[in-house]
Parts: sequence; C-alpha cells; structure tokens
Amino acid sequence: MPSEKKLMRGSDTLAEAAVRAGCRFFSGYPITPQNELPEYLSWRLPQAGGTFIQAESELSAINMVLGAAATGARALTSSSSPGVSLKQEGISYLAGQELPAVVANMMRGGPGLGNIAASAADYFQATRGGGHGDYRTPVLAPAGCQELAELTFLAFDLADKYRTPVMLLGDGLIGQVMEPVVFPDPIDPADLPPKDYILDGCAGRAPRAIFSMLLGQQGELYKHNLHLQEKYEQITADEQRWEENLTEDADIIAVAYGTASRIAMSAVEELRAEGVKAGLFRPITLWPYPKQALRKLAQGGVKVAVFELSAGQMVEDVMLSVGERAEIHFYGIPGGVIPTPADVIDFLRSALKGDGKVGRRVEI
Amino acid sequence: MSAPAAEKIFGRPESLKDVATHYCPGCGHSVAHRLVAECLDEMGLREKTIGVPPVGCAVLAYNYFNFDMVEAPHGRALAVATGIKRVRPDSFVLTYQGDGDLAAIGTAETIHAANRGELISCIFINNAIYGMTGGQMAPTTIIGEVTTTTPGGREAKAHGSPIDISRMLAVCEGAVYIERCTLNSFKGIKQAKKAIRKCFQVQVDGLGFGLVELLSPCPTNMKMSPKQAWQWIDNQMMKTYPLGLIKDTTGYEDK
Repeated sequence: MPSEKKLMRGSDTLAEAAVRAGCRFFSGYPITPQNELPEYLSWRLPQAGGTFIQAESELSAINMVLGAAATGARALTSSSSPGVSLKQEGISYLAGQELPAVVANMMRGGPGLGNIAASAADYFQATRGGGHGDYRTPVLAPAGCQELAELTFLAFDLADKYRTPVMLLGDGLIGQVMEPVVFPDPIDPADLPPKDYILDGCAGRAPRAIFSMLLGQQGELYKHNLHLQEKYEQITADEQRWEENLTEDADIIAVAYGTASRIAMSAVEELRAEGVKAGLFRPITLWPYPKQALRKLAQGGVKVAVFELSAGQMVEDVMLSVGERAEIHFYGIPGGVIPTPADVIDFLRSALKGDGKVGRRVEI
Repeated sequence: MSAPAAEKIFGRPESLKDVATHYCPGCGHSVAHRLVAECLDEMGLREKTIGVPPVGCAVLAYNYFNFDMVEAPHGRALAVATGIKRVRPDSFVLTYQGDGDLAAIGTAETIHAANRGELISCIFINNAIYGMTGGQMAPTTIIGEVTTTTPGGREAKAHGSPIDISRMLAVCEGAVYIERCTLNSFKGIKQAKKAIRKCFQVQVDGLGFGLVELLSPCPTNMKMSPKQAWQWIDNQMMKTYPLGLIKDTTGYEDK
C-alpha cells in the first residue's frame, strides 16, 4: 500500500524512496548540500537489513556501489557537483560493465569548489556521459518531493531494466525543500526479477566474469560499443518523459527543469493572470531529451524561452530539438544565484517583445 | 586381477582454468595464481569465491581463475570488494593486486579497507616496477633501481623512497594478518602458500583484513634473465622488503 502523506525534506525523500524501492546498499562521502541523504540512510538502511558505508572518498564510494551492483543489489550513491566529478570514473565502468546503479547529484555552484547554493551547471556532465568513452546515462530531473519519490523508484527500475547507471539530477534546493509526499508501494528486494549476470559464487554453474576491457583483435570492443549504442537508442525511443503546462494556445513557451521549472511555472501563472498566453515545457528526462515533444510545440509562431540555473547548457538540446522552427531565447543565472519569478516574467516579456533587454536571442 | 586404483598426486587445481596465460617467462604471477588456486581448492572455497583482479599485468586474471570475478578500475579493487562482501557476507572475497594498483593509485582504498577490517583477503604482488605499461617506476621501486622513468636509478630526494605499504597497513586496527613472502625460490613459494592459506582462514573465521605480500620477479621489465631476476630479489629487493610476518593478531597457534 502507498504510504500516508508525510511532510519530508527532499534529501530524506530520496533516501526513504530508495529503501522502499528495494535499495539495500549505499556508500557516499560527505559534501554539502546533500548530507541529510547519507545521514538518513545511516540509520534507515541498517533498519531495513541493508548496508550503509561512509567511504573514504567519492572514488571509493562509487566503486563500492559497483561491487554491490555486481552481486545483484540495488545500490545508490549520492553527492554534489565536485563529488560527482570524482565519481565519473566509476560511472564509466558501470556503463562499460553494464551494471545498474543510481547516482544522485544535488548540484551546487561551480566550477571548482564553487559554492554550496543550488545550481544546475552539471547538465552537460550528466547528459553527455560525464566520464570517458561512448556512453550515456538516463538522467531524471525531479521538480519537487513527490516527483523525487516517484523518480527514485523509476531510477532503480530503469537501471535494472537496461543494466545501466541512472542519474537523479536535483540541486541543493530540491534537497532541502520540505513538501508532502506519498510514497509508492514498498518493494521487497526478494520479489525483484532475478538477474542472470550477477556474481554469487559459481556453485552449480560456470564461473562468471564482469569486465569492460576488450582487447580482442576481432573487433570485440567495437561490437560491445555497438551493443551499448543499440541500448541507448532503445532508451531514447522508450523512456522520454516530460510535462506540458498551458502550452496548447501559448504564444511563448518557457522551457525549464528542476528548481528552475518551479520558478518558471510561477512566472507563467502570473503572466496568464495578466492575459499573456505563456506556457511551460518541463523535461523530466534530460537524457533522453524529449526532443520530438518539444519540436511539436515549436510551430505557428510560438516563441521558445529557455530558462536555466546555468550559463546555458540545456539550451543546446532545445536548439537541437527546435532548430529553426521557432525563435529561441535564453536566460541563464549561473553561480548558485536563484532568481525570482519576477525575473523570469521580465525575461518572458522581453522575449515576446524581442527587445533583448533580459536574456538573449539564440542563433542556430 | 584388477589394476591398483590410480591415485592422483598432482594436477591442475580446479580453481585455475586449463588455458595458457599471457605472463612472461620467469614472471611470478603464474606461480601466485597457482598458489591462490591450490589454497581455494584445498579449503573448498572455489564455489563461494568472488575475486577482484587489478589493473596491471594481472588485469586478465578472470581469464585464468575458474571462479566468479569482476573487474575494478585501477586501484579500486578493495572498494569493489567491500561492496561485494557487505552485500554477500557468505561469499569468500579476494583481491589480487599489484604494487601500482595497491600502493599508488589505490592507497586510500587499501588503507581504509584494512582499517575498517573488511573481511577480505588481499594478495599483493610486489615486483617493484610497472609491468603492464612497460617498466616505469613503481611506488615500491627500490633506491637505485633503473626504470623507464628513473633512467638514472631511483633517488629518494627526487622520486621519494620506496613505500612499505604492508608495514603501513600493520598499524591499522582492522588488519589482523600481514605477511611478506617471496616467489623466487622453492622454499619461498612453500612459505607463500602457507601464508595464503592462513590469510584465507582469517576471512573464513571472520577475524578481519588479511594481506599477503609476494615479492615477485619481473625479468622482462628488469631486462634480466629469469634467473637474474630471481637473484635480484635475494640480493637487492629483500634489503628493502625483508621477508617474514609483519602482523598477526589472529590468535592462531601456528604463529
């Protein structure tokens, strides 16, 4: 049965949802602004018969997750931007070895040590693979606690279904905000479908090896890469998720995800109250990007207005989706500064007028 | 009259696949693989074993060992092994790592796994050089040793002194058994097998972290004949890395 409605902080929501989704292993290293998540799991996982380890580094944490995944466990690690950079090595190996895992990134301001405010500047890293080699990871971007709970379940399901690392991409604000949550039905790990590739000792079967190094001279690595690409094509075809708000009759459609989408939605509602036909397109999967859905909206003279908590990263996917079908405008706030709905209203008005006062017109 | 029943007195351990390895003539890895395999067989552990090979010359060990294995990124074997052992505490978990893997890029993982007292058995191959990449300086390269990145020989001032990771690990509370052995003589190999067995027993008994360091010849990268490489271990390497028990808090009577 779904849980009762509870008031919970984002980080705690993700942690609780992970346990309910059957996750029984977490390893992580402290970094602000996501410490509440490992703190929650440090007592909650042992209570559920799972393992919590505070690792000596992000490198170690992601590789403990790799080991846990190799034995069949649903495993999670979390961090914030600088820590996620360190995890990229392990994420690449997970992708190459086709092991499932969930990585949560509660983004903060960068580059370098940056600051600890909410930011969304890791979009490129998250959606383009992040580590070395030709791979992608599904990236889910929640905009609030209820969705965070549901996407945490989805992240583990997608990871298992496609044998791939999956990223939950939030930010410091998503992690800190408290909202009412109803959790989906809990999953008993014993009820999950068996995995035929895991390592549990070779009693009664041939030994198994899980590896990504393919030195063979018969194009083994080439073939492995083609296999991975087929998988990514399948994910791209089947797993795009997005939300459309008031887009049907819109003259201007804001495109934003995560925290930025909450601000943008407030701006859209205020503009609607004033009679301006504004709408919001909110990607939920950042990879695969809901390209066709956005492309469909980009017609009949509608303007597309991209708003990001970065200097402009997702806007490139919007350009790839929309092309020259519609005018694209961009307004981005980097460095962990959170703008108000009023700032976004100014941007949308400016984009409608085309006066270039707030944000800028993007040329393809 | 029936023939007397044949008794098998020697053969390939079940824990080793019947395949040729890529190891060079005179290299210690083949011997170390065999010792590990013999011990697993004798202790009945093969079907419970999950092994983690290193990045380095033994990176392909999963082609040779006949039990479950998973590749780890360079230096991360003990982190991967930690994840495995914690999820499957009934498994027998083994890492097999070289000096670069264990004592340079993976130093943090090594020290913290030992310090947590993870129930993992670690086989540490110390050949004082980077083999797979073609003979560069290792963390364990001894003073004066010529490598491709210390063409004038290793100098403490310029390159740092050789690291004795086994002794460093001995101060970790969670490490209960550490012994240094050698693979360059029959006597050494016999002692090495004894140490590996004991190290495995430590995990079976749930006592803590165990490690066996094996001084191992690398004739190819030392640009020596196998015999010279074995002698070099006796004459040079053992001065920096003396053989023997480094730590034993097992309480086993044989110590």
